[in-house]
Amino acid sequence: MIELKSVSKTFDDKEVLKSISTSFLPGQTNLVIGQSGSGKTVLMKCIIGLMTPEKGEINYDGRNLLNMNRQETKMLRREIGMLFQNSALFDSLTVLENVMFPLNMFSNMRYKERAERALSCLDRVNLHDIGHLSPAEISGGMKKRVAIARAITLKPKYLFCDEPNSGLDPKTSIVIDQLIKEITQEYNITTIINTHDMNSVMENGDNIVFIHEGKLEWNGSKDKIITSSNKKLNDFIFASNLFKKVKNIEIGLMEDEG
Amino acid sequence: MSALNKVGEYTLLMQKVLTRPDRFRETCKQIVREMNNLGVSSIIIVLIISFFIGAVITIQIRLRVDNPMLPKYTTGLVTRDILLLEFSSTIMCLLLAGKVGSNIASEIGTMRITEQIDALDIMGVNSANFLILPKIVGLVLFSPILVIFSMIIGIVGGYMVSIFTDLITTDNYLYGLQTFFVPFYIKYSIIKTLVYSFLIASIAGYYGYYVKGGSLEVGKASTDSVVMSSITILIADLVLTQLLLT
Ligand SMILES: Nc1ncnc2c1ncn2[C@@H]1O[C@H](COP(=O)(O)OP(=O)(O)O)[C@@H](O)[C@H]1O
Ligand SMILES: [Mg+2]
Repeated sequence: MIELKSVSKTFDDKEVLKSISTSFLPGQTNLVIGQSGSGKTVLMKCIIGLMTPEKGEINYDGRNLLNMNRQETKMLRREIGMLFQNSALFDSLTVLENVMFPLNMFSNMRYKERAERALSCLDRVNLHDIGHLSPAEISGGMKKRVAIARAITLKPKYLFCDEPNSGLDPKTSIVIDQLIKEITQEYNITTIINTHDMNSVMENGDNIVFIHEGKLEWNGSKDKIITSSNKKLNDFIFASNLFKKVKNIEIGLMEDEG
Repeated sequence: MSALNKVGEYTLLMQKVLTRPDRFRETCKQIVREMNNLGVSSIIIVLIISFFIGAVITIQIRLRVDNPMLPKYTTGLVTRDILLLEFSSTIMCLLLAGKVGSNIASEIGTMRITEQIDALDIMGVNSANFLILPKIVGLVLFSPILVIFSMIIGIVGGYMVSIFTDLITTDNYLYGLQTFFVPFYIKYSIIKTLVYSFLIASIAGYYGYYVKGGSLEVGKASTDSVVMSSITILIADLVLTQLLLT
C-alpha cells in the first residue's frame, strides 16, 4: 500500500501539487486522472522519488520515502517497476538485453538464468522471438509490452505507469490495460496509473483519483463516477459527446432498475 | 545560468560520476563498447588529418626557412616538434572535441529527453556514473594510442614530401627528425591528451546529462559542449605547458 499525506510541490512560485492525501491499495487498478498539466506526472515523480515534495509524507507500506537515507532509497527502488510514457527502452540494447538489464545490474544469477527469466517475462507479455531486435525495429505497442516485461523482471511490489495508452490505437490500448491489470492481480502489486484515457477509466478504475489544477478533487470507483455530482469531474469525464450519451444511458438503466 | 553555477553543477555531477560503479561487470562491458565507439572509430580521421598536416607543415617550414644561414636539419626538426608538442595532442583533441564530444552529448541528451535516464534512476542505478564514467575511461584509455598514431603518421606525411618533391631531400628530413630530439616531448603530449580526453568526455557528458526539452535542445547541448570543451582544452594547454615545460 502506498499512502500520501498532504503532499505539496512547488516550482518557483507555482504550486503544482496542493496538499494531496490519498492511498493506493495492492492488487487493484489505481488510476490518477486529470487534464494535461494538472500535475499527474509531477505527482508520480514525487511518489517514486524523482522529485522531492516540500511537504508531506509518502509511505510505502509504512516506510516514509522522505525520511529514507540513500541506502534505504536504493533498496526501495529495487521493489519499484516503472512504465514510462514513451517506453524509455535503452536504444543501444536489444529487446532481450533491455529486459535482462535490471537482472544484470541487481541479481546474482548466472547468464543462463538471467536470460531465461527475461524470456519468461517476454512470454508473459505475449512477445516471442523478438529478443534479438532493437527497440527501433518494433512497433509502439510492442515497445510498451517490452517495457512492461522489463518493469516486472525483478518482481516489483510497486508498479507505476505514466499514460500507458498514449500514442496507441484503441485496440492495442486495451491489450496494454488488460496486461497491466492481470499482472497487478497476479503478483498483488500496488499499481498506480496516470491516464486520461476514458476507456481505461470506465473499464478498469477500481480506485480513481481525480486531480484538478494540482488539487485532489474527487476520489472513488468507476461505478460512482457516473453518478457523481462533482462539476469539475463531470466537465472532465463527460467532455466528449460519446461519454455524455453513455452516462445518460447508464443513468436511464439505473432508474429503470430502481 | 551563470558560469559559476555551471562549474558548480559540473563539479557535483563529477562527484556522482567518479565513484565506484554499481556493477563492475556491466561498467567494464560499457568501457569496451565506448573504446570502440569513441576511440577506434576516430582512428581513420586522425590518420587522414595527421598525414596531410604533417605534409603541409613540412612544405610550409621548408618554404619559410629558405635561408642559407639556417642548418639543413631545420625543416625536419621543426616539423617533428610541432607535431610532438602541439599538433598531435592539442589540435587533434580539438578535432576529437568536435567528433567525440558532440557524439557523447547528443547520445546522453537523447537518453535524457526520452526518459531513459529516468528509467535508470528509478531502477536505482547511479545513471551519471553508469553512463558517463565508461565514456571518460574509454576515451582516456584510448587517447594515447591516437596521439602516437597521429605523431607517426604526421611524420610519415612529411617524409612523403621529401620523397615526392624536390623541396627537401630525404636524408635532410630524416636527419632533422633525429636532431635535438627530446623524448620527454612525447610524454608531455600524452599527458596533455589524457587531460584533454577527460575534459572532452566529462564536459560533453555534463551537457548531455542536463538537457531539458526536446531534440532542438539536444542539438544545442551538443554544440555548446563542443565550444566549451574546445575553450577548456586551450586553457588547459596554457596551464599544462607552463607546468610541464617551463
Ligand atoms: N520540472 C518542472 N519545472 C517547472 N514546472 C514543471 C516541471 N514539471 C512540470 N511542471 C509544471 O507542472 C504542471 C503539471 O505538469 P505535469 O505533471 O507534467 O502534468 P500532467 O498532468 O499532464 O502530467 C505543469 O503546469 C508543468 O508546466
Ligand atoms: Mg504527464
